[in-house]
Amino acid sequence: MELTALTIHEMRKHLAAGDVSAAELTDAFLRRIHELDGRINAFIRITENQAREAAERADRRLREGKAAPLTGIPLALKDIFVTEGIETTCASNILKGFVPPYDGTAVARLREQDAVFLGKLNMDEFAMGSSNENSAFGPVKNPWDPNRVAGGSSGGSAAAVAAHMAAGTLGTDTGGSIRQPASHCGVVGLKPTYGRVSRYGVIAYASSLDQVGPLARDVEDCALLLQAIAGFDARDATSVDLPVADYPATLKNGVKSLRIGRPKEYFITGLDADVAAAINAALEVYAGLGAEIVDISLPHTDYAVACYYLIATAEASSNLARFEGVRFGQRVDRGDGLLEMYRNTRAQGFGAEVKRRIMLGTFALSSGYYDAYYLKAQKVRTLIREDFTAAFGQVDVILTPVAPTPAFSLGEKIDNPLQMYLSDIFTIPVNLAGTCALSLPCGFSAGGLPIGMQLIGKPFAEETILRTAYAFEAATATAERPPLPSAEPAVP
Amino acid sequence: MMKITPETVHHVADLARLSLGEDEVVNLTSEMDLILAYVEKLNQLDTAGITPTAHAVPLENAFRDDLASPSLGAEKALHNAPDSAEGCFRVPKVIE
Repeated sequence: MELTALTIHEMRKHLAAGDVSAAELTDAFLRRIHELDGRINAFIRITENQAREAAERADRRLREGKAAPLTGIPLALKDIFVTEGIETTCASNILKGFVPPYDGTAVARLREQDAVFLGKLNMDEFAMGSSNENSAFGPVKNPWDPNRVAGGSSGGSAAAVAAHMAAGTLGTDTGGSIRQPASHCGVVGLKPTYGRVSRYGVIAYASSLDQVGPLARDVEDCALLLQAIAGFDARDATSVDLPVADYPATLKNGVKSLRIGRPKEYFITGLDADVAAAINAALEVYAGLGAEIVDISLPHTDYAVACYYLIATAEASSNLARFEGVRFGQRVDRGDGLLEMYRNTRAQGFGAEVKRRIMLGTFALSSGYYDAYYLKAQKVRTLIREDFTAAFGQVDVILTPVAPTPAFSLGEKIDNPLQMYLSDIFTIPVNLAGTCALSLPCGFSAGGLPIGMQLIGKPFAEETILRTAYAFEAATATAERPPLPSAEPAVP
Repeated sequence: MMKITPETVHHVADLARLSLGEDEVVNLTSEMDLILAYVEKLNQLDTAGITPTAHAVPLENAFRDDLASPSLGAEKALHNAPDSAEGCFRVPKVIE
């Protein structure tokens, strides 16, 4: 039995039966990380000793019959989650050496279940990027083709799951940072509704858009992970106090007479032909399962990228003011006073994309430009939200592509920021509207790269998009199940 | 249409407490100009009378009971500081 090829729900059965231990699972994943990650670069830090200790605790708990749903399951965390006693860098030079004194809420909830953390995952610096090339630790390579990007910003989180170097991972999604890499790496990734999962202990990028979510090999695993982290937290003032559904229990409820919307604005020129074909085929699968396909319109879709790059950068410029070389992280002091220390620390500590976004955001908020840029963008955000509200009067779920193309080549867009920003054109509207969406593998390009579909749900209707995704996966599993990425070197 | 100049870039960098090299100023001038030209498309939309959205999920003030509870403590809070002394963060000289 190839332990790292098991899903979380399969691991749970073996752990409960006692024929596999958490220590054995953890060893198998650590071995695979050591074998493979030199070529993928998904991990920034492997926490081998802590993982083995956690596995021992998990095995004790399993023997005592007190296991929680994720006890003993080997997971890994995007390096944006602060972890007590484990260096947390957000893939930035400015935070190298930062060892947080506490765990964030999502991490703490997994730790309470005695899940095993294998390490911290690579990402675009401060979650700013769509290709995972903006990392102080080098780019993440796509496990399906190491000459291509894994997607971003949670590229390490997606690649680690795809290459079976972790059973599941956590990422964050501000404009598509869970869904787009999940799509490019052929895994399931879910961005919950804003407020569903606590942001406490997540290094902030754009506070009105950031949301924590899981990446996993299949829909059931995704539901198990969301179950563990969802719910109100008094330490996040934007956390919403609504009941959490039993996600795994409702997965098999089917899609009969579910109304699925097909927004015409997402089927545009520039949409890759293979992606369009895969999405249309998925719509046919749903029609065959008894869902009703409804043509809808989200008229302000084309304005979402422009709106996002003002709001997100404005919030980022404010959030990143805290990195000033005083309380944590690196300091560059040449002895010429406090202001110069700030300027030099930030100049050396931040990478090019982070500086670009701080500059854009500072500009959009600066005196004389606030109304024309930031306030205008907030008003357009209202129009985008209202598009979704109107559409959800007609349908239960909206089905779209996740990204206009399959994974692009490393280096292809890195010198053209605007081209890079436009690769998030289909994921950004969901963050602006604040609702939930997931990315589900639905086919392959002619070149053998994974393609993902996006299922968008009403606010706090994670249960609906999960069961919609589950129905597709169950109907297509034999033919469409992605093969295991090769453990053999893909390039010499 | 607005045109970003190197002077604008210097001014914004000063507000953002970023020291930039000369080639960074050159690159940012053209990149910001390009991106801001793209976002001009928002002006195609009439937003008169539209209420701005600051947060997607409407929330009232989040109140909690006014109870004292343990906090991080000075030692842990200072642990990551590049420089500290006598229970305080130490910074370069502010006043000459």
